[in-house]
Amino acid sequence: MIRFEPRQSVSPVRIAAAPIIAAVLALAIAAIPIWAAGASVFNAYLLMYKGALGSTFAVSELLARATPLILTGLAAAIAFRAKLWNIGAEGQLYAGALAAVAVGSGHLALPPGTLLPLVIIAGAAAGALMMLVPTLLRVRLGADEVVTTLLLNFVILLFVQMMLEGPMKDPLGMGWPQSEPIVDAAVLPKLVERMRVHSGLVVALVLAIAAHIVLKRTVWGFEIRAVGENPAAARHAGIPVTATIVRVGLISGAFAGLAGVGEVAGLKGYLTADLSPGFGYAGIVVAMLAGLSPLGVVLAALFIAGIFVGADSMSRAIGVSNYLADLIVALSLLCVLVSGLFVRFRMRVGGSASAEKP
Amino acid sequence: MSEPSAEVPAVLSLSGITKRFGDLVANQTIDLDFFPGEVVALLGENGAGKTTLMNILFGHYVADEGSVRIADHEGKLVPLEQGSPNAALKAGIGMVHQHFTLAENLTGLENILLGTQTLFSPGWQRGRARRKLAEVMKQSGLEVDLDCRVSRLTVGEKQRVEILKALYRDARVLVLDEPTAVLTPQESESLFRTLRALAANGLSVVFISHKMAEVLSASDRIAVLRGGQLVADLPTRVCDRHMLADIMVGRHIEPDERLPSKEGAPLLILKDISTDDGRNALHDLSLSVRGGEILGIAGISGNGQATLARLISGLEPPKSGTIEIDGKRLPADPRKVMAAGIARIPEDRHRDGIVGAMTVAENLAIEAIRSPAFQRLGFLKFSAMASRATEAIEAYDIRCPGPDATARLLSGGNIQKIVLARTLDGDPKVVIAAQPARGLDIGAAEDVHQRLLAARARGAAILLISEDLDELFALSDRIAVIHRGRLSEPQQTEALDRAAVGLMMAGHAPGEAA
Amino acid sequence: MIDILDILLTANFWAAAIRIATPLIFGVLGALVCERAGVLNLGIEGIFTAGAMAGWMAVWLGADLWTGVAVAAGTGAAFGLLHAILTVPFGLSQHVSGLGITLFATSASYYAYRTALPDVSSPPRITPFQPLDVDGLSDLPFIGPALFQQTPLTFLAIGLVLLVAVLLNRTPLGLAIRAVGDNPSAVEAQGLSVMKLRTGAIMFGSALMALGGAFLTMSAFDAFFFGMVNGRGWICIALTVFASWRPGKALIGALLFGAFDAFQVRLQTEVGAVVPGQVFLMLPYLLSIVALVVAARGADYPRALLKPYFKGQR
Repeated sequence: MIRFEPRQSVSPVRIAAAPIIAAVLALAIAAIPIWAAGASVFNAYLLMYKGALGSTFAVSELLARATPLILTGLAAAIAFRAKLWNIGAEGQLYAGALAAVAVGSGHLALPPGTLLPLVIIAGAAAGALMMLVPTLLRVRLGADEVVTTLLLNFVILLFVQMMLEGPMKDPLGMGWPQSEPIVDAAVLPKLVERMRVHSGLVVALVLAIAAHIVLKRTVWGFEIRAVGENPAAARHAGIPVTATIVRVGLISGAFAGLAGVGEVAGLKGYLTADLSPGFGYAGIVVAMLAGLSPLGVVLAALFIAGIFVGADSMSRAIGVSNYLADLIVALSLLCVLVSGLFVRFRMRVGGSASAEKP
Repeated sequence: MSEPSAEVPAVLSLSGITKRFGDLVANQTIDLDFFPGEVVALLGENGAGKTTLMNILFGHYVADEGSVRIADHEGKLVPLEQGSPNAALKAGIGMVHQHFTLAENLTGLENILLGTQTLFSPGWQRGRARRKLAEVMKQSGLEVDLDCRVSRLTVGEKQRVEILKALYRDARVLVLDEPTAVLTPQESESLFRTLRALAANGLSVVFISHKMAEVLSASDRIAVLRGGQLVADLPTRVCDRHMLADIMVGRHIEPDERLPSKEGAPLLILKDISTDDGRNALHDLSLSVRGGEILGIAGISGNGQATLARLISGLEPPKSGTIEIDGKRLPADPRKVMAAGIARIPEDRHRDGIVGAMTVAENLAIEAIRSPAFQRLGFLKFSAMASRATEAIEAYDIRCPGPDATARLLSGGNIQKIVLARTLDGDPKVVIAAQPARGLDIGAAEDVHQRLLAARARGAAILLISEDLDELFALSDRIAVIHRGRLSEPQQTEALDRAAVGLMMAGHAPGEAA
Repeated sequence: MIDILDILLTANFWAAAIRIATPLIFGVLGALVCERAGVLNLGIEGIFTAGAMAGWMAVWLGADLWTGVAVAAGTGAAFGLLHAILTVPFGLSQHVSGLGITLFATSASYYAYRTALPDVSSPPRITPFQPLDVDGLSDLPFIGPALFQQTPLTFLAIGLVLLVAVLLNRTPLGLAIRAVGDNPSAVEAQGLSVMKLRTGAIMFGSALMALGGAFLTMSAFDAFFFGMVNGRGWICIALTVFASWRPGKALIGALLFGAFDAFQVRLQTEVGAVVPGQVFLMLPYLLSIVALVVAARGADYPRALLKPYFKGQR
């Protein structure tokens, strides 16, 4: 029999080690599919490394890719802290992007300098609104938000497609289903000339720090943690549980919406239905790798972005499918779950006992 | 009483049992034999190692040292495979856990049959099982509707199903962990009559208890555990209450003393409260508690006490009726309830009392986290939380590594001390204490009682909800009994006798009880 | 004008409804077996994909169709085993583990497909299951064409509804599975292994889910496409609540869903000129959300669902 005994104290070193071990383990396991594809494992990883960190251009790509991942990672981290299972960041991202192009494509007459803030607010609000629905369905009607957020992802994506083929279709788009471009005044400025990394990264980093401060140092953060860990006791102690969950839902959706804003206003310039290669789902992996810590989210997002960028580059060079990146991301999630277990518990093999003292 | 003679060989023998959990020695070199035809009481405080010992017997734990042997069909003692509930069951050991191990979505019959048939056999073959059970029920007197879903059975009926589970498997040793914890005194008596009859038929019965009265009245032999060691193994006839108490605790204990207090004005008044929570509903319930008074609410769990506690705690509003504190209507909002001066000690301290994953300091601050004491402009005052925690740890003797210790890892007694420190410290006008000492060892229970008496002396009105008649009679100025959501007229404790309260807990009218 | 009755009364309509319902029947059955044992399996979406890919791949590599079905089921069971290890003895979050399984099974399937077929532009086809033509029965009016336009996998699904219903309600094993989803300590106290029961239920349930996927590539279509599962797994999770964890109701729920979906497809051909197609495509997802919300209030969730169990703990 296997049994687990909780460790009385968990050192910070162990906590930090868990995601690193998980990442290494995921990469090690991914060697098998690389080998199965007939490629040299060493060569593949070397190419991935070069693709992610080997040049200024590569680093810029890495940072550009990390930007939405930080935001979707924060969306998942803060929601999961309150045990609100927001699996809908993908849809909320599209909602944010759609709102951003709706406001930012130049149909509104506004004083100069107000358009960009408005685009950002609109995107965040759209994301928040998309999460408000499942949150309310849960707190009012008890409908499991895992399923509703997952299903809404499909609904929102179809809605986006409908808008892009209909009212929001770019008349100059040569028939492609894409939105009109964002006007210059609504574009998130580039951080480095001729590189794709944009100021959305700065927004994401500031929000990560803000989320960290809120969770650790404020009453709101205290209440979120209490509601997540034990809603019954939180309610008994006078914490407004429903209001806290709704608040978390709004913040989480807003983060995901901002990820969409960054992609259209910072990177692509217009909206298509293939804007996100699964940033919403990868955000869950980012959050779990980060142990739901907002600052950890930044590091985890860089790692996951590195995997995506590196795998793309490696795939172009030696033809191993870039679905390898998704595979490594999925393996990272499973590995971090297991390594987290070994951080918090001691495993004993043999005998039988409970995880608790008598 | 039957006396095991020297010729009767033991049916079960424990020798040199030692079990450690980390640094804690839960059982230390325990030797104990059980004989057919006798009722043995295993007495000890919470944490003395009783449950651990029984879990080793039943295969939930494996002993670090020592052996468990059971008589084979020729009466020879053979080692029992350890760590296997299945082996224990096959060897004829039946166990009735304190928290019933019944699947509520199945019927009594299905629970009894669970695990007795080959899993992959097709179909039911229930006819033979029913015939055998009818026989077992007739012999033991344990009647229960076998086709009723367990979720619809009463606590006493569930316990009968548990015992039938063991008897259906032809148990030779029946172990019961705190079997009377959830029963009325009358139900307890009936249970012990049944156990006595089963023993007379050759069963070896062991029951775990910390209640001296029932141990003395219902057993042939008493084994006392203290701090993981077997400190006494005596025939019941040579034992008395004081002697057992001293052996069990290892020191002489003083009973709680309730000094007369000057009664103040009514502080908590409930008028015609009704709710609809199914079995836990309240019907036209009225009560009033004065300052400086403890009003005890006696009753078996599940008769509306939980609803009553939730109402006064502000967790839900009543359907009709009013709750007043100090002359003002009480809103259904925990924060406003606390602001009105009500201290709430919840029944399930792990679920409602603390957030296990948070620290001692955070749990001490949680009820007042929005007050200026602990926050400014929404930012937490960590130093204020830490110094408050240090004070409380000192004043309430909370044994923990420090303010930053994770609350979940503390013992039940220390968790209750966190709740007491948090709720009683603001000098509350009203205290609602639900089962405040349940599951605590004598030392911790005594501590809880002293705190409640101290609050009474300060002039607080205290509503004490309990199933423990010892506790109620020791602490309460007046006692009322709750049954199926209706409350009897409270009476002075001195004017009541325990048997009458017991009958009222089982639903008899006060007149019948006399 | 569209006459709704005209649509509802054609055998072709019901044939389509049953066809749409078939993968959902497999999926809901699989999900309810897992959940009855106390474990939520959000790996379903990925296991659908893996089943679709593995079954198709086996046939494409030369296996016969039924071997393909077995390969799909085995693949599903393997992913189920992984989920079981993470959630039963390790007691990890069933939500996160399940999502991890979905991401893993999906990406592994896509990677395997791409690696095996690096340069194809149009997906290679296999010869799928053909409608089961039973002499005489197929010619029955209405029922004949509705039922006997279906392939053997549909009949397998309906047979499995019966099998799972009998298994759960009429055998000692089903009794133990129902008990372990309500109170695992009851099972352990009677000498049964919580771990074996739950692991077995998850593996069996996951195999059923994979059959739902296999139906897509081996019966509904004849090839594997990226994104072909398209949320069917999540719909099954919602339908499981709607079906109150009962196999019979699962069948009815899936058929109702199939009928609705078939209806909206027909409606689309009628009014497609004025209403964008996406509106119709959204309807199944919205319907699932509505079904979940309607069922959620009175839902009688298995009491031990989502709660990990450690031996000796009560």
